Amino acid sequence: MTKQHANWSPYDNNGGTCVAIAGSDYCVIAADTRMSTGYSILSRDYSKIHNCKADKAVLSSSGFQADVKALQKVLKSRHLVYQHQHNKQMSCPAMAQLLSNTLYFKRFFPYYAFNVLGGLDEEGKGCVFTYDAVGSYEKVGYSAQGSGSTLIMPFLDNQLKSPSPLLLPAQDAITPLSEPEAVDLVKTVFASATERDIYTGDKLEIMILKADGIRTEVMELRKTLSECWQHTLSIVLIRISTLGSLCYLELCLKFSCVVNRFSFSYL
Amino acid sequence: MTFTIPIDNGDSVKTAEADSQRTLYPYVTGTSIVAIKYKDGVLMASDMGGSYGSTLRYKNIERMKAIGKHSLLGASGEISDFQEILRYLDELVLNDNMWDDGNSLGPKEVHNYLTRVMYNRRNKFNPLWNTLVLGGVKNGESYLGMVSMIGVSFEDNHVATGFGNHLARPILRDEWHADLSFEDGVKLLEKCMRVLLYRDRSAINKLQIAKITEEGVTVSQPYSLKTFWEFKAFNNPTAGAEGSW
Repeated sequence: MTKQHANWSPYDNNGGTCVAIAGSDYCVIAADTRMSTGYSILSRDYSKIHNCKADKAVLSSSGFQADVKALQKVLKSRHLVYQHQHNKQMSCPAMAQLLSNTLYFKRFFPYYAFNVLGGLDEEGKGCVFTYDAVGSYEKVGYSAQGSGSTLIMPFLDNQLKSPSPLLLPAQDAITPLSEPEAVDLVKTVFASATERDIYTGDKLEIMILKADGIRTEVMELRKTLSECWQHTLSIVLIRISTLGSLCYLELCLKFSCVVNRFSFSYL
Repeated sequence: MTFTIPIDNGDSVKTAEADSQRTLYPYVTGTSIVAIKYKDGVLMASDMGGSYGSTLRYKNIERMKAIGKHSLLGASGEISDFQEILRYLDELVLNDNMWDDGNSLGPKEVHNYLTRVMYNRRNKFNPLWNTLVLGGVKNGESYLGMVSMIGVSFEDNHVATGFGNHLARPILRDEWHADLSFEDGVKLLEKCMRVLLYRDRSAINKLQIAKITEEGVTVSQPYSLKTFWEFKAFNNPTAGAEGSW
C-alpha cells in the first residue's frame, strides 16, 4: 500500500511583521495586529507581542500563531520554574538562550515562528535577539521578522548604519538614536510596509522598555487610499487658513507627503 | 501543499493500522457558524444541515450546544469530530462540577482547553476536522473566540467560520457596533445567514439562533428565512448575451 499523502497541512502562515530596535538605555519592540489566513483576514486586533515578565524581555513573533502561542506558553512555564529554582527573574540574554534551545528542541517538527526578542541586558543597555524558525540566533542592534521584513530590513540597515560585525574591537550595534526618534522610525517603517505588504496592516502595537518600566503605544495603520489624501488636504487647508502664506503652502504640500508616513495620531 | 505523514515505526503492519486510524478527509460536514457579541452577551447562528459531500444528507443537526453554565459552542466541519469534542467537554464539565467548590469553568477557560485539544491533535497528525466558535458570559464579561482545526485561535467581537468568514465577516465589520440590542443583533445575524443561504451551496434554509447571557443559554426553535428570487436580472439571465453564462 503506497504511503498516503495528507490533504491538509499542519502549518499555516498567519502573516504579520515584527520589529525591534535597541538603544543605549531603551528597547523598542513593535508588531502589527493583523492575523490572516490565505487571502482572508481573521482578526484586525491580534497581539503578536508577549511580555515574558523576565526582567523586561519582550518576545514578538510572526508566523503560525498556534505554534507561537504554544511557544509563548512553554517559555512562560520554563521561566516560572527558573524563578522557583534560582529565586530571581531570568535576564534577557538568558531568555534568549532558552528560546533558542526551545526552538531547536523541535528541530524535526519546527515551531513555525519567526521571533524577535527585545529587552535590556544586565547593564541596562538595550538588546535585540533575532531568530529563525529552528533556533539559530544572534544579538543585533535592530531586526525585522515576518512578512514585511524584506521591506523593512534594508531601510533599517540604511537608517541605523550598523557597524560591520567583522570590525575589531567588536563594536556595539546599539543605535545612538534617542527613544522618541527610534519610536518615530518604527512608525515610519510600518507605515511603509503596510503600503506594499498585504499581510501587514490594521494597527501597530509598540512596546517601549526602559529601566523604570514598559510603555505601550497603539497606532492606526493606513486603511484606504482616500484616507491618505484626506489627511494631506486637511493639513494644507489648516496651514493656509492659519498663516495665509503662499510659500508655506508649497512647503506644506511637500511636507504633507512625508508627514503622512509618520504617526497619524497627532494629525 | 501536500504533507507526507512522517511516521516510521519499522514495523510495517503497525504502520498500516496506525495510518488507517488517522483523519484523512471529512465525511459529514456542517457549514458556517456566525456569532456576534451584543449588549447582554453573545448571539450565534447556524443552519441545521449536515452534508455528505455534495449530498444534503441530514437536515436536523444541532451544531450549537451549551457547555457548562457559561459557554456556548458552535462547530462547523466534521460532525462526528464535533460529537467527540462534546464528549471531551462533558468530561471536563463533569470534573469541574465534582470539585463542588462554587467555581465554574468560564468561556475563556473552555476556549483555551479547546485550543489545546485541537493543537495537540494537529501535533499528532490526527486532527479534529472542525472550526469551533466559543461564546459565553461570565461575571458580566462577554467572550467570543474561534479555534481552527490546526489550533489557530483568537477572540474578537464577531467571528464566522468557513464561508461565513468570506461572506458574513465584511457585513459584520461594517454594521457591528458595541451594545447591539437583541433585536438588532438577530437582524444582523439573519442578514448574514440570508447571504450565506443565497451563496453557499451547502447551506440550507433551516436555521437556529442561540443566545447566551448571564442567565444562561437559549437555543431557538428552527425556522426559515424569507428569500426573494424574483430579481429581474435572474428572470431571464441570458437575455443580454445569448450563449454566455
